[in-house]
Amino acid sequence: MSCNGLLIDYEYCTGCHSCEVACRNEKKIPRDKWGIKLTEVGPWQVSGDKWEWNYIPVPTELCDLCKDRVENGEKPSCVHHCLGQAMECGPVEELAKKMVEKGKKVVLFIP
Amino acid sequence: MKKEWKEEKNGCYTVRTCGWSPPGDHPVGCGMKLHIKDGRLVKVEGDPEHPISQGRLCVRCLSLPEYVHHPQRITYPMKRVGARGEDKWQRISWDEAWDIIVEKINGFKKNYGAESIIVFGGTGREACLYYYPLGFASLGTPNVCYPLSGWSCYGPRCAITDYILGAGYPEIDFAGHYPDRYDNPNYKLPKYIMLWGKMPLWSNPDGFYGHSLIDMMKRGTKIISVDPRINWLSTRAEHRLQLRPGSDTALALGLLNVIINEDLYDHEFVDKWCYGFAELKERVQEYPPEKVEEITWVKKERIVEVARILATDKPNAIQWGLAIDENPNGVQLGHAILSIIAITGNLDVPGGITLGPPSTLLGKWRIETRSELSEDLWAKRIGAAEWPALSTALATTHPDETLDTLETGKPYKLRMGWFNSSNFITATNSAQPDRWYRALKSLEFNVVQDCFMTPTAMAFADIFLPLPTFAEHDGVVLTHFGRNAIFVGAMNKALEVGECKSDIEVCIELGKRLNPEAWPWDNVEDFFSDQLKPELGFDFNGLRERGVYQPGYTYHKHEKGLLRADGEPGFNTVTGKVELSSTLFELWGDDPLPYYKEPPYSPISTPELAKEYPLILTTGARNVTSFHSEHRQIPSLRAITPDPIMEIHPDTAASLGIIEGDWVYMENMFGKAKEKAHLTPAIHPKVVHASHGWWYPEKPAEEPSLYGVWESNINTLIPHKHIGKLGFGAPFKSILCKVYKVE
Repeated sequence: MSCNGLLIDYEYCTGCHSCEVACRNEKKIPRDKWGIKLTEVGPWQVSGDKWEWNYIPVPTELCDLCKDRVENGEKPSCVHHCLGQAMECGPVEELAKKMVEKGKKVVLFIP
Repeated sequence: MKKEWKEEKNGCYTVRTCGWSPPGDHPVGCGMKLHIKDGRLVKVEGDPEHPISQGRLCVRCLSLPEYVHHPQRITYPMKRVGARGEDKWQRISWDEAWDIIVEKINGFKKNYGAESIIVFGGTGREACLYYYPLGFASLGTPNVCYPLSGWSCYGPRCAITDYILGAGYPEIDFAGHYPDRYDNPNYKLPKYIMLWGKMPLWSNPDGFYGHSLIDMMKRGTKIISVDPRINWLSTRAEHRLQLRPGSDTALALGLLNVIINEDLYDHEFVDKWCYGFAELKERVQEYPPEKVEEITWVKKERIVEVARILATDKPNAIQWGLAIDENPNGVQLGHAILSIIAITGNLDVPGGITLGPPSTLLGKWRIETRSELSEDLWAKRIGAAEWPALSTALATTHPDETLDTLETGKPYKLRMGWFNSSNFITATNSAQPDRWYRALKSLEFNVVQDCFMTPTAMAFADIFLPLPTFAEHDGVVLTHFGRNAIFVGAMNKALEVGECKSDIEVCIELGKRLNPEAWPWDNVEDFFSDQLKPELGFDFNGLRERGVYQPGYTYHKHEKGLLRADGEPGFNTVTGKVELSSTLFELWGDDPLPYYKEPPYSPISTPELAKEYPLILTTGARNVTSFHSEHRQIPSLRAITPDPIMEIHPDTAASLGIIEGDWVYMENMFGKAKEKAHLTPAIHPKVVHASHGWWYPEKPAEEPSLYGVWESNINTLIPHKHIGKLGFGAPFKSILCKVYKVE
């Protein structure tokens, strides 16, 4: 029995907030709540010339991975509008394979 | 793309469009579908068919319904019924507005000459195509002014390119010209992209879709960042050159030193297509990497390594940013950067730098409308005679001379102002906006076109003419304003709000009243068709049905005789070659070769002042939630960026007793501004960065508050007329300041 998940490639999440606003528009969520919320780690120097600075959007209880849109053959609103094209929705087994292929800076949510 | 651009479903409909402005952006033309229900814009969805944006959309377009239907938007013409600076207005009809305006214009022209009228234009909005014709062909004045000191935005880069390469805007090759994009067989991916004083993810500069960089990085392009700040993108870069603000030209000359002295340059290109190489070689001997490290803070080993990459790991491309313009030494910087691109053989090659013609389509028409003016009148353009390097390439007044004229009444008094899409007493496109504010009070009659009441409109408008958003009017999106038309996009009207009129509608309606011969079109559709058909072969409806038109691209144009009007091979310059040594710069009294000059105020050029003002202030980095002074009243966007943020290193902050979130003043000998401190190690301990464009729509409208426009006005710290020898560039990115906590 499979279920859908949300893969975030945070090597390329640029922190644009499009997922937050697109989600709020789609699900009519008020501004003090989030269906998905951007988090930030960094910036700080790891060592020498290396820097850590990552954005990762985290889906919440209000996220149903845009079930209606997906049933209509569309992408979830956050995935559709993501400027870095760093999000993907699909069966978790498939996404897990992609995570392994990518090999770094990737996270999978089942909200 | 599908032929149908308007689709109806269950009593609702969607309209496909390409975005430009207002609300503002550069002519990037992102594709989207506007969902209309019961006469209201209810939702904006990215259009996956659009070849560049591919369904992606930023928060400014996603929140467009909040902008379109904002309760404070002004959607009817108004006239002022109180004193200037009082919030007292009366709604009027367009007919009444035209009657008042036309009578005033005719009066000023009769009594003082058409030159007593001046048009002020802002940055980047669609208005950039129309406020020149508004001035030249509708109002009939030679004075169109972009008020930013030293014309420090885009214009200098265009002028430099015109003189050195004889071409339109040089843009990195991101396969935007091709429908099949990166898969096009003629295309090559740049191995490296050097971002010089530019962070395109948020600035989406002039027609370049910023997140194309991410597309290219995923395919293997590596980034080299030249920026005083570490930014998110530069944490993904292979090389970061974190230089001292304003020292850029020394860095560029240092790179040239290595490329030339290590004999890494493209001999064939230099021999065949460049003029002045021997002189440049001699000049760069003054900039060995050791000396450049001292000036710029960039390690000499890094300079050498990056120079070698640019010369040998090809194709690669340098994307030059606003920091080239906002620098009194910027002409030399731009000249040096173009020289690097040329002598490394990265000019007009796949995956290198693409070149457009100097102007096309509406970009050409807007400048050609100046032929409506007599030579006598054209000769009265403010500052044109004194600053030939500026007035030859650009059809405007000289901005700094314009402020002098307003203050002194010389060579003549300006009496009427037309402010088109420009809120420049806010910290946007003027230096010392407080000084402009005082000087502008001398104008007797002003018209303002905008979407909201702004501090500038509240202070000066006598008549307010409402602009429609891009969802509410037809238009054409032209990347790089026609100077490198990577694609042309159709902007389609989806709904009407109030009685707004677009820039071109205003040009035509006013033009028909004042100078009908120049304005034969009965509607905007006919106007656009006449603009498109001769060059593209299809009319406005044809563009609507295409959605986006990508003309394709021809590389190596200089070999094929495609850059010069006479059809000969070579470049459209005085010598027919890339001018590493500029005949025109010399003619106009400057050094023909690039040279480094310290910023007018720096720890090195003004050590005494630096004791009182020990930090280097750089300003104006973009963020995704606003376009300059726009969007501060849009709830979704203000929630993301509630306050003006200044960035300061934690060590520097600690020494000043400042903690995260403190309100602090930045102050220098010219002015001061209050912003909220954000502590970050991504900035050098001796440098601070301040945001621009801030005003507070929620604060009192009337004088003296003007929506709190003087509280966080960072441009009050930037001096007037500290510009380069040719009239370009001002120190917006490099000035001194001190920082202290607001008590």
